[in-house]
Amino acid sequence: MGMVSFEEVVSTVVELFRKAETELPEDVLKALKRAYNREENEVARNTLRAIIQNVEASRKLRVPMCQDTGLPIIFVEIGQELCLNFNLRDAIVEGVKRATKEVPLRPNAVHPLTRENPGTNVGMHVPVVTTEIIEGDKLKLTVMPKGAGSENVSALRMLLPSQAGDVERFVLEVVKGAGGKPCPPIVVGVGIGSTFDGAAKLAKKALLRNMTEMDEFELGLLEKVNSLGIGPGGLGGDTTALAVLVEMGHCHTASLPVAVNIQCWANRRASAILR
Amino acid sequence: MPMAEYRLETPVSMEEIRKLNVGDVVYITGTMITARDEAHLRMLEYFERGEEIPFKIEDAVIYHCGPIIVEEGGRYRAISAGPTTSARMDPLAPKVLERVERMVIVGKGGMGEGVVRALRGKGVYLAYTGGAGALAAQAIREVKGVYWEDLGMPEAVWIFEVENFGPCIVGIDAKENSLYREVKNRVEENFKRILSQS
Repeated sequence: MGMVSFEEVVSTVVELFRKAETELPEDVLKALKRAYNREENEVARNTLRAIIQNVEASRKLRVPMCQDTGLPIIFVEIGQELCLNFNLRDAIVEGVKRATKEVPLRPNAVHPLTRENPGTNVGMHVPVVTTEIIEGDKLKLTVMPKGAGSENVSALRMLLPSQAGDVERFVLEVVKGAGGKPCPPIVVGVGIGSTFDGAAKLAKKALLRNMTEMDEFELGLLEKVNSLGIGPGGLGGDTTALAVLVEMGHCHTASLPVAVNIQCWANRRASAILR
Repeated sequence: MPMAEYRLETPVSMEEIRKLNVGDVVYITGTMITARDEAHLRMLEYFERGEEIPFKIEDAVIYHCGPIIVEEGGRYRAISAGPTTSARMDPLAPKVLERVERMVIVGKGGMGEGVVRALRGKGVYLAYTGGAGALAAQAIREVKGVYWEDLGMPEAVWIFEVENFGPCIVGIDAKENSLYREVKNRVEENFKRILSQS
């Protein structure tokens, strides 16, 4: 039987946010560098160069690479043999509060209508915590600070079962509508199937995958997305997206939900396993 | 036409604004004032009541930015301060532009045709690399002050003293040219072509 403590979860959450905000994951940096080497548009090359310089500055100075340190999202995978003698959500909330002070994170969470900012990144249903039960006795924590520029241009549509051929069109429409707003080059997370909320969750989870590994369907979509020519910063160019990542789920025979979760170039995420 | 490079100091004159063409590269030295959704809304409230806003937006550069500020020894410091999505200010910016003689805006992602018209003969929109918060903060020499702090850190109005803030790209000039419109039209054509091929 495993033993994980409250304090261990708190300090892990703080460290994961510090890492996610200041160190862009290797696969994302690799995709950016590859895009820079392939890009032929001069303005686009300059923008990609600035992004790569920014990533390096952030790592060196240990400051958040982007001032939008996102809304705190935490994916939790709990081994079914793990025994916890404390409230896990409370520990995660405490970790977010501490990370907000110590990293520091910009206080982004506000009341949806009054827009009042408590200053802690904690509020109703925030942090957003998704829990999944897995085999074994470990606790895996993954943080994903998600910026609003990209979240705001994400979309979901309930297609008809006869419209399977329109999935691609919908993805392209969402990317086209987003234009320069989400800080391209973007990462496109696509959830196909499941339910209304399930498709959105699949699209978000897709963003956690290694960006350098795509299947044929994803590569085909990526090529079309890049043919749009939006380019880095929306100023035109060959690089509109770094990756298209698709997750599928079975769905009701009468429905075909499709969710497109747009992510900015700063596909920030960090994981740790506790036992 | 080849792209020109300019080093501008605030206050930026109307003559300098008129010289700028879309695609030109600009570096700014002087005062930048952050203003996002909430600051724009509050400015409009002041205008409606006929009150003066407590800072001067014409002589500075309006920066669509919600920085991360830390307090060290009683002084503020911006540690990450890149631009936010400017398009959110599309419905608000023209109403602010009505009240000023000239304006330089820095943001990211571009602005709509309403802003393009409102900037005619009056101002320019400059794009800085989105997400490059750590890089942008290196050009901020000093945080000189803050207004409307009750709006919260991202939405408050921060006064920055900057040195060679850039490179910024002229996205919209004072002659109703917009790089974003050009790209949008091309993207629309590409979209139709891609769909017709599949």
